[in-house]
Amino acid sequence: MITRKRLATGVCALLVALTAALLPASASADGPAAKESPKVELVLDVSGSMRAKDIDGKSRMSAAKQAFNEVLDAVPEEVRLGIRTLGADYPGNDRKRGCKDTRQLYPVGPLDRTEAKAAVATLAPTGWTPIGPALLGAADDLGEDGATKRIVLITDGEDTCAPLDPCQVAREIAAKGIHLVIDTLGLVPDAKTRQQLTCIAEATGGTYTSVHRTDELSRRVRQLVDRAADPVVTPVATEGAGRCADAPRLTPGLYTDREAFGEHRWYKVDLLPGQELRASVSVSADRAVNDDYGVLLRAVTRHGREIVRGSEAGDGRTDVISTGLRYPKPEAQDADGDDKPAAETVCLQVSNSFSAPPAVKTTPGMPIELTVDVVDGPASASDVASFGLGRGWWLLGALVLAGFLAGLIWGWLSRWRVAVWRTH
Amino acid sequence: MRTVRMLAAAALAGAALLGPAAPGALADAPTPSATAGEDAGPTEAGTTFRTAAAFRPGQEATAQAATGDYLYWVFPADTGERPTVKATVTLPESALRHGPATWRVDVYDGLRRRQPCMYGAQSRTAAKEAASLELACVLRPVRASADAWANDPLPGSYYVRLTVTGLPEEDLGQSFSARVGVDVSDKGGAYATDGALAAPLVPGATTAEPAEQAEEEDRRTAVEAAAPEDGWSSGRWSDRWLWTAAGGVLAALAGIGGHALTRGAGRPPRVPPAT
Repeated sequence: MITRKRLATGVCALLVALTAALLPASASADGPAAKESPKVELVLDVSGSMRAKDIDGKSRMSAAKQAFNEVLDAVPEEVRLGIRTLGADYPGNDRKRGCKDTRQLYPVGPLDRTEAKAAVATLAPTGWTPIGPALLGAADDLGEDGATKRIVLITDGEDTCAPLDPCQVAREIAAKGIHLVIDTLGLVPDAKTRQQLTCIAEATGGTYTSVHRTDELSRRVRQLVDRAADPVVTPVATEGAGRCADAPRLTPGLYTDREAFGEHRWYKVDLLPGQELRASVSVSADRAVNDDYGVLLRAVTRHGREIVRGSEAGDGRTDVISTGLRYPKPEAQDADGDDKPAAETVCLQVSNSFSAPPAVKTTPGMPIELTVDVVDGPASASDVASFGLGRGWWLLGALVLAGFLAGLIWGWLSRWRVAVWRTH
Repeated sequence: MRTVRMLAAAALAGAALLGPAAPGALADAPTPSATAGEDAGPTEAGTTFRTAAAFRPGQEATAQAATGDYLYWVFPADTGERPTVKATVTLPESALRHGPATWRVDVYDGLRRRQPCMYGAQSRTAAKEAASLELACVLRPVRASADAWANDPLPGSYYVRLTVTGLPEEDLGQSFSARVGVDVSDKGGAYATDGALAAPLVPGATTAEPAEQAEEEDRRTAVEAAAPEDGWSSGRWSDRWLWTAAGGVLAALAGIGGHALTRGAGRPPRVPPAT
């Protein structure tokens, strides 16, 4: 059995290898085949402050260039990489013009390493730091197809182009449901920069890193690009309704939605008798929220009777809070076998008890991730113990005692019977 | 009398045999220690439930990340096992840090329900000077089944989340490394419950058509992909079978002994031999 499994795995691996070997050819042959390959855009700050010489004794710009060279060498084959700059062109003092200064340096697509490196080499620290517009531009560059997308933002200062809050921009980009994650790296960041970058990262489920050395920078960017290349299941966007009757019907799978503070969202799942519903939900805290929070997932019948619930509460710093539930629907009692048993509609209600300080915007809602699986029902248990079997010294003692007593009684009985028989 | 003595000896021998056998019945189950290089765990961690890096008990998963990141791993645990999650965090250089930091490891089951730790320091605060930090979480023993309203651990995937929960704001984003491993101790039949899940609690598990489809296409199903090294156990075997069978044998022997006691030694002298 095990050998067969190994063989099967081997065959699988071979197939995968073959497909991988064939993939680039087919990808270039027809566009749509490459649809699923991940996209990454590196967004580099080329503002005037990048001249500061405080990373390993070199300027921030040269550290970034060196890191870029190393990263470009190591980009996995399947990743489509693009580069965008901000503050690279306009050296003047006009804020309006400075805040539009972002441009695509290298288009998102199959990477030509020499070309990309040459483009990076031309950069010189120049202008403003329009992070918000750069993020919008990067999101446009990445397009809206089904591929996983990642923006890696490298900057050394906060956005200088208020009122467009880059953090809000990031949240709105994420709310478009295009599977986009923004990772941020701060070069020798100050408190304000750090706050802004963590906020951007948090809003999209990305990470924030502070960088003080060149090797840190290149290692981290490489890691982030590699992460983009990891295949993941992309969830399907859905929109839950305010009540069960209007709720979308979900089949087993992975879904995303948005839910505002204190909002309830309903979904429907069809479940046949003898099947088990498994559902779990994660609510992401994508902005600054108050310290205590919770999530509740309820399975309810169409008539409003609660079947089972999963709930979780927490406090302090967190990325998500999640819970799940199982609902095994018993086999139909009247086993006619003639007509197919009717599926029950199970309503799933997702609610959360997050709250936020008044300064935090409540729209768009927080991202929620919902998984729905339907499996066969569990084998029913007639006893707590496995097959009703016993265990332990008390069991042995009881059995021995019972056996001994039974033997004694039987012995006495048979002696008595022999005695009775002899007297007659 | 001789029979009784023999019986007693047999019972003792049986008990002596059973004694070590009972806890040791499944003693070969604890995962063999990592041997070759290919047995080493993943060197990257995931950042969400969906991207969690998979490793098996006995392997060591490592990762380098920035403080503030949420790192996710996933490992399989099967019926009768009690997993112990251990995490070691190598903190950023203390010269760069501004104060104490609190780290935390959480374990979630395949349905993303948080699992409590029976023992172990799940959360710890590292002083500013500390170089590393160790966290541990001993889960409850995994049962074959539980009712739908219970949060009991069931066979399936388990997620480990490691993160810093409290630190000075200016310490965010510094690089640290983490090592995570899982030891599994076998709890034998003490927690063997009746009933069994149709499929372990693995995200994406399904026993309906997609699974058959995957089989036809020679793909691995989610359940197989998440399985421990030697596959999911059926949950039907436990050392309760041994105990119960041994109990039956002992009872039978005791019965014979009891019967013999009422007869005395050998043939009763008053009964003449049949001629």
